[in-house]
Amino acid sequence: MTVDHRQRHLEGIRAVISIAIFPLQYMVNLPFVAVDWADEVLTFRSNLIDENRTLRKKQQLLEVKLQKLAFFEQENRRLRSMLQSAKRDWEKVLIAELMAVDFDPFKRLVQLNKGSNEGVFDGHPILDANGIVGQVIHVGPLSSTAMLITDPSHATPVHVNRNGLRAIAMGTGEPNRLEIPHIPNSTDIQVGDLLVTSGLGLRFPLGYPVARISEIKLVPSEAYAQVYAEPTAHLERTQEVLLVWPESSTEGNR
Amino acid sequence: MHAQMKHGNGIIFTSFVIAFALTMLPLPEWAEVGRPEWITLVIIYWCLALPERIGVGVAWTAGLMLDVIHGSILGQYALTLALIAYFTLHFYQRIRIYRIWQQALVVLMLVLSEQLMIIWIKGVIDQAPESRLYWLPSLTTALLWPWTYHILRDLRRKFRVH
Repeated sequence: MTVDHRQRHLEGIRAVISIAIFPLQYMVNLPFVAVDWADEVLTFRSNLIDENRTLRKKQQLLEVKLQKLAFFEQENRRLRSMLQSAKRDWEKVLIAELMAVDFDPFKRLVQLNKGSNEGVFDGHPILDANGIVGQVIHVGPLSSTAMLITDPSHATPVHVNRNGLRAIAMGTGEPNRLEIPHIPNSTDIQVGDLLVTSGLGLRFPLGYPVARISEIKLVPSEAYAQVYAEPTAHLERTQEVLLVWPESSTEGNR
Repeated sequence: MHAQMKHGNGIIFTSFVIAFALTMLPLPEWAEVGRPEWITLVIIYWCLALPERIGVGVAWTAGLMLDVIHGSILGQYALTLALIAYFTLHFYQRIRIYRIWQQALVVLMLVLSEQLMIIWIKGVIDQAPESRLYWLPSLTTALLWPWTYHILRDLRRKFRVH
């Protein structure tokens, strides 16, 4: 147990056992997949047409935004090369599905249906459409276990998007709440501020939304304010997540 | 005789598979904290019924798998389940002649001690849950003992696993 906690030698054993367990997890997951499938197959035609229409509209909007983005990306690249700063792009993505299996109720873990066969690695950042979801903690060949940012033992390095104030967002174990410790009472931070990843831990890519400040309690007698935030990603509802890879292997820049 | 032995293994294996599936089955948030320790129940039953076949080794293996399922530190459940199996094997003759509710009390004690060991381990690595609901599974597990006992006993008699 000590070896597992302190070092990472036993990951191999864990990976082997996870292969044995995968069929079981697959089996437990199956009814949920079936219900989803039936839901998809048995939709009304009118619903599909409606959905198609809204999606098309959305796509058009996104494409317009994308045109701008391409320009910004080019400009950004140029500026960075002028500054000669090391650059890490996180571009390659893979969609993984969450398997409907439960873990310890006092932790916030999820099971993904992609493993090292697909190139998932330890510490792999996971996103959804709205922000950071968590990171992979155990990898097996067929599946992997990921920790959500709300797990009590997880901390995400962030900064406030508005003014660049650096902070750490700690999980609380509650489904929709992060705690931001060590924020002095006099700090410029407001309810509604967006927290984005600062990339400081070199685990998460820079600049993805993490959470929005939801509550600030100022206690004059305490040195620090009590600051809470709500994750922007739909942690409890999400079905599919994105695994992101660095664009080219930039291990040397770490 | 040999074929019968194999046959029995199938039943025991299936009961473990079902227990693992029940351990992983998604439950609503409010029910999740009270999820019974299915694996512990099954291990206690088989240790009582077939003490010469199911013992510490099986419990340790099942515990290791449970560790991977729970994503907990490797060895946590392996150690506690092996100890549970050891205690059950030590007292199986006495527990067998108890009435069913007395057995449920024994199960309560066993699962409580299991949870106590787990919270110690988690405390050492600073992951101990603060909520008092942590102790709820021992109660639900003990309440489920009579049903588990009857179902598994009927199965065992039907398939003549000795």
